[in-house]
Amino acid sequence: MSEVIVVTSGKGGVGKTTTTANLGTGLAKLDKKVVMIDTDIGLRNLDVVMGLENRIVYNLVDVVEGNCRVKQALIKDKRYPNLYLLPSAQTRDKTAVSPEQMKKLADDLREEFDYILLDCPAGIEQGFQNAIAGADRALIVTTPEVSAIRDADRIIGLLEANEIKQTNLIVNRIRMDMVKRGDMMSVEDVVEILAIDLIGVVPYDESIVVATNEGNPIVGSSEDAGRAYSNICHRVLGEEVPFMELTTEGFFHKLGKLFKRGY
Amino acid sequence: MGLMDLFFRKRTSGDMAKDRLKLLLVSDRANCSPEIMEMIKNDILEVISKYMEIDKEGLDIQITQTDGEDGHGSAPALMANIPIKDLKIKQ
Repeated sequence: MSEVIVVTSGKGGVGKTTTTANLGTGLAKLDKKVVMIDTDIGLRNLDVVMGLENRIVYNLVDVVEGNCRVKQALIKDKRYPNLYLLPSAQTRDKTAVSPEQMKKLADDLREEFDYILLDCPAGIEQGFQNAIAGADRALIVTTPEVSAIRDADRIIGLLEANEIKQTNLIVNRIRMDMVKRGDMMSVEDVVEILAIDLIGVVPYDESIVVATNEGNPIVGSSEDAGRAYSNICHRVLGEEVPFMELTTEGFFHKLGKLFKRGY
Repeated sequence: MGLMDLFFRKRTSGDMAKDRLKLLLVSDRANCSPEIMEMIKNDILEVISKYMEIDKEGLDIQITQTDGEDGHGSAPALMANIPIKDLKIKQ
């Protein structure tokens, strides 16, 4: 049975697109047939994060307006046999698509795919309403910052009002060194405040920046963030995976780094 | 964390963030706009000013979370801190 999952946050810049790219890729690696839809019309990004920006012919608005068939607009990711991307339109705005049209599109794609991931735009206006219209469940991405958590709380309320029953939390960009010295809210703090089930914790990791520069998802790599995304994918499939022990850099690790730098 | 830190644990910026958020979310969730808070504030000022002289600048009023009466859960409460300048009942 296929599932439509919306990745949302309210606030911009907390990592929705990166999360969508890594979950999509991770689920495809686990032999699920996955399509990722960029619903941010006018500000398309998921194609760039995936490194597929040069392969776009048709887009989401073309599909909805009937300029092409869905299959023509889907970009097949050659690196992962089960992974497809439906890019957004760059030159139109959110009003080009209605929630009813998005719901129909998501439902049509259920026949072909196991997972339909919707990358939601920031904000709570029509773009958000479009993205959540066809969703069975939601993944809410937040960082441990006051502004991001406040927006996440608002989003949780709106999802409840729209009768999206299953909502899970991803705490992104946590820095254990800062948590340890009390300068950042802990995962426990965030979960306590938002009071929804946690499905993943992704540490702040420079390798995410590198991976995004290259247009390669990091999921499945040995980096902390890569393993964190991999764990979230397994949890999305319903498996019980213990949360990673996140630590600050140890003494010997730091010592090693010092020597590498040549001090 | 040193021994001194254990005894004199200072309020960290993480704690401050959490406390500020909790307050913020109570008023967000209660759907109480700043305009309504301002109206409540003015009405309270007016009533109390009838009986005593208060420091209008120092008035602080906000919706907060208090522990529920049954010991679990929490309930929103309106907290007002009203500094009194002169307690004498006005004639």
